[in-house]
Amino acid sequence: METVFLTFILVLAVFLGFELISKVPATLHTPLMSGANAISGITLAGAFLAAGSTDNDMANWLGAAAVTFATINVVGGYLVTDRMLSMFKSKRSAAK
Amino acid sequence: MIDLAANFAYILSAGLFIYGLKMLGSPATARKGNMLSSIGMLIAVVAALASDGTTFEFIIGGMIIGAAIGLLAARLVAMTSMPEMVALFNGSGGGASLLVGWATLYLSPDSSIGGFTAFTIALAILIGGLTSTGSLIAYGKLSEKLSSAAFVFSGQRFLNSLLLLAIIVCTYLFCMDPSPNSIYLYGLLGLALLLGVMAVIPIGGADMPVVISLLNSYSGIAACAAGFAINNNILIVAGSLVGASGIILTNIMCKAMNRSLANVLFSGFGAAKSGKAVEGEVNPVSVEDAYYILEAASNVCFVPGYGMAVAQAQHVVKELGQILEANGCEVSYAIHPVAGRMPGHMNVLLAEADVPYEQLVEMDDINPRIENVDVAIVIGANDVVNPSAREDEDSPIYGMPIINVDQARTVFVLKRSMASGFSGVDNPLFFGENTRMLFGDAKESISGVISEFGS
Repeated sequence: METVFLTFILVLAVFLGFELISKVPATLHTPLMSGANAISGITLAGAFLAAGSTDNDMANWLGAAAVTFATINVVGGYLVTDRMLSMFKSKRSAAK
Repeated sequence: MIDLAANFAYILSAGLFIYGLKMLGSPATARKGNMLSSIGMLIAVVAALASDGTTFEFIIGGMIIGAAIGLLAARLVAMTSMPEMVALFNGSGGGASLLVGWATLYLSPDSSIGGFTAFTIALAILIGGLTSTGSLIAYGKLSEKLSSAAFVFSGQRFLNSLLLLAIIVCTYLFCMDPSPNSIYLYGLLGLALLLGVMAVIPIGGADMPVVISLLNSYSGIAACAAGFAINNNILIVAGSLVGASGIILTNIMCKAMNRSLANVLFSGFGAAKSGKAVEGEVNPVSVEDAYYILEAASNVCFVPGYGMAVAQAQHVVKELGQILEANGCEVSYAIHPVAGRMPGHMNVLLAEADVPYEQLVEMDDINPRIENVDVAIVIGANDVVNPSAREDEDSPIYGMPIINVDQARTVFVLKRSMASGFSGVDNPLFFGENTRMLFGDAKESISGVISEFGS
């Protein structure tokens, strides 16, 4: 049952993703991509399970590496997106 | 109890991701949208820490190292190297999903892993591995550490088919007997990493916008698979959002090149050279003459391409644009969807140079009124303005939508030499009657014109 429920969520999220993105103007494709990329670092939330478990060294080390990589993705992704977006200026704000 | 709270927190962060992505769709709200999405991430991370953590040394150590690397990389990277940076971040996300899938095997006591879970673990490893090495190769190509040309060799397809077959067999055997010590697990790890390399090497530099957005999509799918492996809602929701959005973006890129995804991925475009050879006389122009023409123009349109990024010419381009505007001229920047090395690459560079986004126009907006443009200035773009795509049915780029600069009154082409573009196709634009070639480094040529305006 759990699997059915999770698949249900998956399908809805996929449709939502399609809907959200199809209207984005080309100007924003790069920030959109890197912003979405930062979201894919959500694996971080899954990596804690392995990195925080007590009884298995191998799981700890793999988990710690996963935490590191995912954090790079999250922190770097959001910051770089913000840096790019801070440069997008409208004519009005550029004149200020 | 705490699990229930964590799941509610996940719902909240999923909402923030969705709303954030929606706000990323308009330049005015995009920055706030990114902020919302990062708050969603923070909430998800705190909730996961509260519900999953029992020992924290590994978590905190990993987070400190990762945050430091991410922070430095994001701060220090130059805007022109943005495509390869995005590729690296993407690869690291894929690597993380691979590791999560792998580590999950050690968390359950042997033989308690069900077939479905084993399959999702295999998927997380496969897609995560493919994303990480694929992104590394893309990084190498984008940063020119590897040759950006398509790398094809005979028997490549056969080898790739074998590779796919081996992956299917390994996945099947692993799922039959999932254990952390399974030899098929290691086989799968190695093959997944190899697949990433094999998938990206035959793709040429000009097709990179497609590859980058596809890899972005994969990293989302990998996170989604990892979410199934550990039964975590937020991984599934966020991962599939990213996966779906990446696929849409990939599709937009493919349409802009009038090619199918399969053609981009497997054809090794850019390795073969064909199409009609074009002959004729080119009309070079001096910086001084270019100045006289521009001085008299009342409507100028810049058409940038990857060459502008290479020459780092975006700032002088914007300066020239401002001078022309002060001169009473209407200035716009026409951007082809696949100009540059990632989706929207040119927009980011011009934004860095403070060009207001209202002046950036898309191909479909400029083409109907291109005849009213007095001077179209092509800077380091080639294939996206090649009239062969419209006229020459034998041309490999035939059918690709282009910016019809050849229909403007005058075209300036800034170019180092007469070498053909990335696709290796000759460009009849250079021989057009209304075309003037301004040879030399784009940045120097434009600076030259600017100083003529000053004098």
